[in-house]
Amino acid sequence: MKVMMFAKATKHTETMQPPTEEALLAMHQFNEELEKAGVLLDLGCLTPTSRGVRVRYSRGKCTVIDGPFPESKELIAGYSLLEVKTLAEAVEWAKRAPFGVGMHDGEELEVEIRPLFDPSEFDVPGEAEERAKRVGEKLGKA
Amino acid sequence: MSDPHAAIAAVFRIEFPRLVARLARLTRDVGRAEELAQDAVVVALERWPTDGVPDNPGAWLMTTAKRCALDGMRHARIVDAKQRQLARDRDTDLRDVAGELADALDDDVGDDLLRLVFTACHPVLPTQARVALTLRLVGGLATSEIARAFLVPEPTIAQRIVRAKRTLADARVPFEVPRAAERAERLESVLEVIYLVFNEGHVATAGASLTRPELCDDALRIARVLAGLAPDEPEVHGLIALLELSASRMMARTGRDGAPVLLADQDRARWDRVLVRRGLAALARADELVATQGAAAGRYQLQAAIAAHHARAVTAEATEWPRIAALYALLAQRAPSPVVELNRAVAVAMAFGPDAGLDLVDALVADGALAEYHLLPAVRGDLLAKLGRGDEARAEFQRAAELTRNERERDVLLARVRDSALSASRGS
Repeated sequence: MKVMMFAKATKHTETMQPPTEEALLAMHQFNEELEKAGVLLDLGCLTPTSRGVRVRYSRGKCTVIDGPFPESKELIAGYSLLEVKTLAEAVEWAKRAPFGVGMHDGEELEVEIRPLFDPSEFDVPGEAEERAKRVGEKLGKA
Repeated sequence: MSDPHAAIAAVFRIEFPRLVARLARLTRDVGRAEELAQDAVVVALERWPTDGVPDNPGAWLMTTAKRCALDGMRHARIVDAKQRQLARDRDTDLRDVAGELADALDDDVGDDLLRLVFTACHPVLPTQARVALTLRLVGGLATSEIARAFLVPEPTIAQRIVRAKRTLADARVPFEVPRAAERAERLESVLEVIYLVFNEGHVATAGASLTRPELCDDALRIARVLAGLAPDEPEVHGLIALLELSASRMMARTGRDGAPVLLADQDRARWDRVLVRRGLAALARADELVATQGAAAGRYQLQAAIAAHHARAVTAEATEWPRIAALYALLAQRAPSPVVELNRAVAVAMAFGPDAGLDLVDALVADGALAEYHLLPAVRGDLLAKLGRGDEARAEFQRAAELTRNERERDVLLARVRDSALSASRGS
């Protein structure tokens, strides 16, 4: 199963304070360990929300909102896409992540683990093909 | 995440291969290492549910395995006084081992894992034993999981592993990475095992479902581990490219009721883009290594190049069949086999028309090597149908349906028998 591990933003990530060398090294080693274990599919580090925008949709219109965004605990700072056997395995890997390295008292960082839908789980097999065909026919007519 | 058993199982999956690899370096005996690792797992299963999983479970398991080894020695001493001297020698050994232990845990386990991979895939073992041992030791699967994946009773797999360990011990197979002369051939065996596991998941040879994706995931995981251990081997990256690209199509390969969907009919939007990208990157790495080493493209790399053409084609019609046919011609030189030839026939038919493909298929029929392979009559039937020879096509599909052991494939072939009968009666 594929799971997405999201590292939530902190004061530091939002203000682009570089991590300590120790923390950087630990994170590099951890990612390397994931890679060597054959579970890491992809990863990425996000810039602070001051560089981002939001696009909000409502019926009939969309609004573009420039960053930064205030609710830092709900913001995402980075992600790793893992291929694991079970959710428990993803948790086990997450427990080994060195996010606590170099942290001060009272500081916190949260990682959220979310399994991806297995296409077979929410798609009736074959339905996607038929839907694609219908959409294709409609597009053809237009 | 309150289920302690799920957490414990996850720790074992992560730690077991490394544990066995480290123990095998110390004992120089993969079978003994696996038993000690298993002993440690049993102790963990007793304690962890109440005590909780320790902070460093890898070190805990290693220490426990060492203790099990010492206990085993003491026990042996009591049981058989004649072995006293022997046991004393071994105790000395084990004290050395204990000294080495701290170092072993700090060391990069990579070299030991690579030795473990080569040992589990040693040619002295029958293929099935290599597969079971690799999944157990390198993949960290429990015997029950391997048994379920291959639809055989658990004792069968357990027996297979016991016999494999005995064979390795009897043959005194050293725990090492083979040297230059032997390495290429031994690597071939490793890649073959991974490829076999993947293929069994990709097209299950028997049973009610067309695919068993978990076996594909296991194979891919082992292949990715191998790439980290042997990063300069082009064929390792070639194999990964082939597996990632094949796996990217997994979800699009089965339609309603689990029936197979042919490549041309697949909804390409359902191909997994992350895997496609990884596959293409691995292929680029293989190409680069081959170029710098001045080597020839390997069989997995060539197959990956073919898969990459499909992955890059936005629609089935956009497929560059002449290029694919040319790659199959190269593959047929590099790794000649009737199955490659059959695939080449399909590509040639797509590129240059069904007549050209049929010539190649008929040569294969005359050759007789694929007499029991259901895809030979299936392909021939398809080409005959395209040429409007409905009656002959129907007979071929009928034969193909009789030959396959996969129920889903049989359904599709029987549907084509009915279609050909219809078009034949319309034609007459």
